[in-house]
Amino acid sequence: MKTYVARRLLALVPVALVVATVAFVLMHLAPGDPASVIAGPDASADDVQKLSRQLGLDAPLPVQLVRWYGRLVRGDLGQSIFLRKPVTEAILDRVEPTLLLTVFAITISVAIGVPAGVISARYHNSATDQAFMMAALVGVSIPNFLLGLLLILCFSVWLGWFPVAGYSPLEYGYLKTLRSLVMPAFALGLVQSALIARVARSSMLDILREQFITAGRAKGLSERAVVYKHALKNAMIPTVTIIGISFAILISGAVVVEQVFNIPGLGRLIISAVLRRDYPVIQGVVLCIAGIYMLINLAVDLSYIVFDPRVRYQ
Amino acid sequence: MSTEGARRPLGVLPGSRETATAAIPPLAVDAPVRRRGPGWLTLLARRKTTLIGAVLMLLMLAVGVLAPMIGGDPGHMDVAGRLKAPSRAHWLGTDDVGRDVWSRVIYGARLSLLVGAAVVVFSFAVGVVCGMVAGYYRRLDNVVMRVMDGLMAFPAIVLAIALMAALGASVVNVIVAIGVVYSPRVARVVRGSVLVIRETSYVEAARALGVADLSVMTRHVLPNCLSPVIVQASFVFAAAVLTEAALSFLGVGVPPYVPSWGVILAEGRLYIQQAPWLVIYPGVAIMLTIFGLNLFGDGLRDVLDPKIRGLTSERQSQT
Repeated sequence: MKTYVARRLLALVPVALVVATVAFVLMHLAPGDPASVIAGPDASADDVQKLSRQLGLDAPLPVQLVRWYGRLVRGDLGQSIFLRKPVTEAILDRVEPTLLLTVFAITISVAIGVPAGVISARYHNSATDQAFMMAALVGVSIPNFLLGLLLILCFSVWLGWFPVAGYSPLEYGYLKTLRSLVMPAFALGLVQSALIARVARSSMLDILREQFITAGRAKGLSERAVVYKHALKNAMIPTVTIIGISFAILISGAVVVEQVFNIPGLGRLIISAVLRRDYPVIQGVVLCIAGIYMLINLAVDLSYIVFDPRVRYQ
Repeated sequence: MSTEGARRPLGVLPGSRETATAAIPPLAVDAPVRRRGPGWLTLLARRKTTLIGAVLMLLMLAVGVLAPMIGGDPGHMDVAGRLKAPSRAHWLGTDDVGRDVWSRVIYGARLSLLVGAAVVVFSFAVGVVCGMVAGYYRRLDNVVMRVMDGLMAFPAIVLAIALMAALGASVVNVIVAIGVVYSPRVARVVRGSVLVIRETSYVEAARALGVADLSVMTRHVLPNCLSPVIVQASFVFAAAVLTEAALSFLGVGVPPYVPSWGVILAEGRLYIQQAPWLVIYPGVAIMLTIFGLNLFGDGLRDVLDPKIRGLTSERQSQT
C-alpha cells in the first residue's frame, strides 16, 4: 500500500512538469511580446526594453523556463497586468464562488446520478431503466450553459422563483448564497448526473453478472442485500472514478456557467483576462484549475485503497 | 492466423461461423464472397435509437450543406424589424438587430459541422500517429504519453480557452485549439489497443518475416485498432461541437460576426426576457445535434464493443 501511494505521488511529478511547461509555452505562443503589452501602446521602445529587462524577458527561453519553475515552486504566479496585484491574490479573491458552485453541483449530480444508475441496473431492461437511460442520454446532450439559460427562462423569467443572475457572497448569509447558487448548480449538476448514472449503471450491470453475486443469491441472501451490499461496493470503483472526473469537469464547467449567471468566480476572471490579454492571469487560473484537477485525480487513485482491497496488498 | 485477422471486417468476431464459411473457396469466379453474415451497417440499423441518431445527423448535414438555399443572408440586418416573434416571414423570429434567426441557426449548423469534422480529422491525425508510435515503440512510450498526460491534466474547456487566448479569435484557431485538446484523448485510446495488438501472433509473424515497422503498423496494427477509434470519432465530434459552442458563447471562440450557435446564444442571453426564441431555437439545434451524435455513437459502440471487450480481457489474462 505504501508503494502504491508513493508511486501515485511520484507519477504526479512528470505531469506537473509538463503542465507547468505547457502554461509557459502558452504565454510565449501569444502574438506580440509581453513587455510591450504590459507597457501599453503609448510606451517608447526604450521603456519596453527596460521593462523587458526588469521582468527577465530578455533572458534566453530555457533560462526563463527554469526561473518560471523556481517561481512556481515558491507559489509566485507573477503580477496581473490589468488588476495591478499579484495573480495569486486575484485568484484567491475569486475562488470562493467557483468552489462552492462546484461542491453544490457535485452533490446534486451524485445524489441523482448514483441512485438512478443503481436502480436502472437492478431493474435492467425494465421500463424504469429505459426511461432513466433515455433521460440520461438527453441530459448528456444538453450543454451546461444552455441548460442554465433554459433554467433562467423557466424559473426566473416565467415563474419568477429565483433571481435571474448574480451571486451573494457567504458573508451576507449562507442561505442567500445557497439561493443564488441553486440554478447554476442544477445547470452544472444535472448534466453531470446523467453521466454518473450511465457509468454507475454499466458498472453495476457488470458486477451483477459476477459469480460471487450468484453465490450470494444461492446462499439465500435477499436481493436487497445482494444489490446494495455486495454489488454496490464493487461497483463503486468505476463510479468513484467518474465522480472524481466529474468534480474536475464541473470545476471547468463552472467557468462557463458563471458567465451565464454573472457569478464573479474563476471563470469570469479568466474570460475577462482573455479579453484584456492579461496573460499572467490566464496562466495563473489555468495552472490553478489544472492543479486542482491533478489533486482530484490523486484523491481518486488513493480512494481505491478504501474501495478496492486488492490495491492494499500491492 | 497470419495476416488474415487484419482483413477481418469490423464487427465480425474471430472464429465465428462467418469466418469459417469464408474459408470455403467461392464456387463461381464472378461471385466474390465479400459479405459474411450481417455486415456492421446492418447490425447498426437493427437498433431504432441508432437509426434515430443517424437520421438526426443526416438532417443536420442536409441543413448545413443546403444552408444557402433554404435560408437568407444570416448577416442581413433590418433594425426596424428587430426582436420580432416567429412569423411566416421569419420562421424563428429576428434578433436584436433584426437578423433572421432561422438563417443564422442553419448557418450555425454549417459552422458546427465544419468545426466538428475538422476537429475529428485534426485530432485523429495527431492522436493516431502519437498513439501508434507510443504503443509500438516502447522506448518512446513514456515520453509521448507523459506529454499527453500533461495535456490531459488540463480540463478540456480551460485548455481550449487558454489556447484561444494565445492564438486569437478565428474559425481556424478554434479548430486547432479544440483539436489539440482532443488529440491526447484519441492517442490514449489508440495506444491502448496498439499495446494489445502488437502482442498478437500475426504481428509477431509479420515482424519475424522481416516486414518493415511502418508497414506492420499501417497494414496490420492500424486496421485492427480501428473499431475503438471509430467509436471515439462520434464522441469527439459531439465534444467539438459542444466546445465550439461554449467557446463562442464565452466570447473567446469564433469572431462575433460568424453565425455560430454559441454566438447566437450569447447575444440572445441579453434579451432572454423579451425574446426567448433567441435562446430556445439555437438551443434546440445544439441539443438535437449532440443527441443524434450520442445516439449514433452508442449504437456504434454496442456493435463494435464485443471485439473491444474480447481484446481487453485478453490483455488482462496476459498480465
